[in-house]
Amino acid sequence: MHDTPSETRRVRLSCEEADILLDNLAAHYRLFAPVRLPGRGRFSDQDAIRYAEVHTVHEIEHARRSHFSPKEILFPVSQTLFYLMDDALQEPQDDPRDMLVFLRACDIHGIARLDDIFLNNGPEPEPYYARRRARIKLALLECRHSLDEHCFCVAMGTNRTDAYAMAVRCDEGQLLVEVRDDDLRPALPASAAPADFTPEFPTADPQPVVVPDADRLQSAIRDHGFFAHPMWADYAKRCIACGRCNTHCMTCSCFTAYDIAYTEQPNAGERRRVWASCHIDRFTDMAGGHAFRDENGSRMRFKTMHKIHDFYQRFGRHMCVGCGRCDASCPEYISFATCISAISRVLEER
Amino acid sequence: MTNPYQPQPAAILDIRPETAIDTTFRLAWDTPPSPGQFYEVSLPRLGEAPFSISGIGDGYLDMTIRKVGRVTEGIFALQPGDHVYLRGPYGHGFPLEQLAGKRLVIAAGGTGLAPVKPVIQYALAHPERFNGMEILLGFRSPEDILFREEIAAWQQQAPVHITVDRAAPGWPGKVGVITELLPGLDLAPLDQFQAVVVGPPLMMKFTVRALTERGLCDDQIWVSYERRMSCGLGKCGHCKINEKYVCVDGPVFNFTEARWLID
Repeated sequence: MHDTPSETRRVRLSCEEADILLDNLAAHYRLFAPVRLPGRGRFSDQDAIRYAEVHTVHEIEHARRSHFSPKEILFPVSQTLFYLMDDALQEPQDDPRDMLVFLRACDIHGIARLDDIFLNNGPEPEPYYARRRARIKLALLECRHSLDEHCFCVAMGTNRTDAYAMAVRCDEGQLLVEVRDDDLRPALPASAAPADFTPEFPTADPQPVVVPDADRLQSAIRDHGFFAHPMWADYAKRCIACGRCNTHCMTCSCFTAYDIAYTEQPNAGERRRVWASCHIDRFTDMAGGHAFRDENGSRMRFKTMHKIHDFYQRFGRHMCVGCGRCDASCPEYISFATCISAISRVLEER
Repeated sequence: MTNPYQPQPAAILDIRPETAIDTTFRLAWDTPPSPGQFYEVSLPRLGEAPFSISGIGDGYLDMTIRKVGRVTEGIFALQPGDHVYLRGPYGHGFPLEQLAGKRLVIAAGGTGLAPVKPVIQYALAHPERFNGMEILLGFRSPEDILFREEIAAWQQQAPVHITVDRAAPGWPGKVGVITELLPGLDLAPLDQFQAVVVGPPLMMKFTVRALTERGLCDDQIWVSYERRMSCGLGKCGHCKINEKYVCVDGPVFNFTEARWLID
C-alpha cells in the first residue's frame, strides 16, 4: 500500500491539456492503455480491445473491458530468455524505459497476484518479470460501475484499490485526474484547473457471486470427495480445452520454456518462454507419455481450485480478481462466476 | 540480479547403457546435491527438461535417462567429452536426518529407482547411521532391470526383493506387482520403520496403501513426485498440485502432506 502522498493533486483537464499531460509523461514513460482495434475482434465487424502503446487520450478505450489483460506488458505471450549462439547463452536486452500502464482496479489487484507468483513464490524473484515490474507505474482507469454483466470484482474484494500512482476519469470529453506520485506530478500542464476528484469504485456486481469459504472448501475436498462431485462432469461435456479463459485471465501466469533453432542458421536460436495453461492439451505431459487431468472437467476443476482455493491457502488471498475476462471469452459460454457460486451452493447443500 | 535460468556446462565423463532404452550419463560436477533433488538439463536449441540424479560422487553426478523426446534424443547422440547444460539442484530431497537411526523400507518402481539409488547407497555406505534396510524393487520385465551391478553389490549388504510384472519362461525370480512383496516383510517394531516409495503414480498409490494397511503411519512414509517442471523455481505452474509446487515444496513429500495432493 502506498504511504499517504505528500501532495496529491486533483485537476480537470480539457482534451488538449490531457494530451499535453500524456506528452509530458511520454518524455519519460512508455504509456500503455487499452485501445480499440477496429475489425480485429472474434467475429466479423467486431473490434478487439487490447493493450497497446498510446500517445493521445482519445486512443484510450475508457468504456469497455480489454479482451486481453494488461499482464502481457509484464509477462509477454512469448519472451526470449536467451539467444543461443553455438554453445553460448546470451541474455537479451530488455527495453530500459519506464512504463505507465492505465488499468482497472481489478487488474491492479491482478498485478499483485502476479507478484505473488513471480516475485514471492519459490526461492527467488523471477528476473525477467522483476525487471519489468520495477519499471512500471500504475494509472487507475476508474470504474464507477461494473463495466458489463461479466464483472464480479465486488465479490472477489478487488473493486477498490489505493495502489496507484495516478487515477483518471473520462468526463464528457474532459479528463479528471488525481496524481499521487511525486514523479508524475510535474507532468501536469500548468494550466490545469483544480477539481474535486477522487476515484469511485463499483459497489455491487451485476450478478451476485457467492465465493465459498476457503477452509470449508478444503474440508469438502479432503473429507467429502468434492473433486468427484458430478458438477465437474458437466464441465467435461462443455469445455473444449481451448484455453481462452487462461490466456485472457489477468492472473494465469503459467509458461513453458522451449528452444528453437533458426532455419537459416541452425547453430543459432533462442530459448523462449511462452504462455502455457492448465486447460490446454499437453500441459502436464511427462517423459514417457504419462499425463495428469486428461479430462476437460478435471482441468476446469483444477483451474477453479487454483483461483479460489489453492492460491488462497498459499498466499492468503484469492487468485481470481473477478475481471470477468474468462466468461467474456469462453466460446462455450461457460461462466466461471456461475461455477464459483455453484461450488458455494454444493457446500451449502452438503 | 543473477539469472537463475543461466545453466552451467557439464562435461560427460562416461556413458553406460543400463537397459535397451535407459542409459546412465556421468557428468563432471563439483557441488553435490542432496539425494532426491533434481536438475534442469538442457542442450541449446533442443530444449530443457528436469532430471533426477541417480548417483552422486566425488566430482560427478549420474543421470539415468530414457530416450523419449527432443532433449533426451540429443543427449543420447553425445559422446564422452561433450557437454550438457545444468542448472540446479532444485527442491527438497529425502530427509536423511529423519531417516537416521531407523529401519528403512525402500520401495522403487521402474525408473523411480533412479532418484532413490543415492539414498540406498548412502545408507549402505553409512550402516552405523541406520538400523537396517529392506529394498523392494519392481520392474516391468527382467530386461528393464536397472543398475544390475549395483543391485548385486547391495545384495551383499541388505535384503533386496525384486519382482517383475511379466517375464519370459526361465526367469527364476518373482513375477507380480511390488505390493505382493510386502506381506513377507517383518515390520516389527512398527515405530522403528521409515518407508520411501518412488515410482509410477499407481505403484506409489498402492504401495503406500499396502504399507499403511500393514500399520505404518502417514508420517513414516516418504514419496517423491515426478512432474514436467519447466522452471524449477515455483513460477511456471506445471508441477502445481493443490497449493503445493512439486519443484520447491517437493519433489520429496512426507505422506502427511502428500495424501492431500490430489490431481
